[in-house]
Amino acid sequence: MISRSNIISQIMEKVTNDHLVISTTGMISREVFNHKDRNENFYMIGSMGLASSFALGVAKSNPKKRIIILDGDGSFLMNLGSSACIGYYCPNNVIHIVLDNFSYESTGNQLSISKKIDLCNIAISSGYKKVLEIPEFNINKINFDSKELSFYRVFAGIEDDNVEISRVKHSPESIKYNFNKSL
Amino acid sequence: MSIKAETFIEILKSFSFNNISGVPDSTFGNLFNILDDDKEINYFRANREDTALGIASGFSISNKNSCVIMQNSGIGNIINPLTSFNLIYEIPVLIIIGWRGYGGKPNDAPEHWIMGEKTKDYFKMININFKTFEDEDEDEDEIERILKSEIINYLDRKETKALIIKKGVII
Repeated sequence: MISRSNIISQIMEKVTNDHLVISTTGMISREVFNHKDRNENFYMIGSMGLASSFALGVAKSNPKKRIIILDGDGSFLMNLGSSACIGYYCPNNVIHIVLDNFSYESTGNQLSISKKIDLCNIAISSGYKKVLEIPEFNINKINFDSKELSFYRVFAGIEDDNVEISRVKHSPESIKYNFNKSL
Repeated sequence: MSIKAETFIEILKSFSFNNISGVPDSTFGNLFNILDDDKEINYFRANREDTALGIASGFSISNKNSCVIMQNSGIGNIINPLTSFNLIYEIPVLIIIGWRGYGGKPNDAPEHWIMGEKTKDYFKMININFKTFEDEDEDEDEIERILKSEIINYLDRKETKALIIKKGVII
């Protein structure tokens, strides 16, 4: 299966200056940082499960930007209520991507419960407008110019243990400062 | 004398708090229904307090004044986002909290006894500035004056702050 690193690298090649990327804590933020560090990225380094509600506030206050949420299966399932809230308020400038490797990889590959759960159905019933499951990754399946609240579940492989990915090198205050400057 | 929920909302609006998220609390009387109906306010009905804080933080980082209104029973739900998000990234949010179980046992319902007694301690523990409103017999003008000065203080310092409000202060 295609690696998380490969998926994130392809996504980051597609983003433009109008895309704000909000990435969940752990390996996903580290990958985003290592592939394409930019002011328009907000790296969550804590607060698992908070990326989506934070993104809702950012989306509503910056209607001209497109907000890409890069979530994991663990962080998505940790705060399903936030996704219900996004669906209810339905910002048309949010692209919510869940990279699903069925595990909490950042803490040592412990299994999550996502394998048996239909995440796309959760998104549909929460009110997301465009919902797609991508079992075999193809970047062209993601619409980066979307004008409706969209949700993608992308299946990703577990990474090779030997690959070291450095942590996000910015301090939390600089992440905030840079992101704020880009708005 | 208490202040009316409508007055409280006008004060928030006068400081451009037009984006508010929260989880309802009976401590504030009819406040949440009025918020929901107010055309000048975007009120987000969050389903848990951490979600409310996340939404408000998204506005805050976009240079818009934003606050969360909630009950003290939800404080447990915001400790993680406060410590691993708002405080370390320095993303300020004004948090307005209804104080159930004021004074601890036997006041109010049993589920509020412990939190009612410990409410202030949580904010002391993680060094968040807070102000309590405990006297519902205080003069109306005085409550308004203190509220405004606390909001001005929050806007000047740009640091997360809690206003902890006993039942009867806002009706």
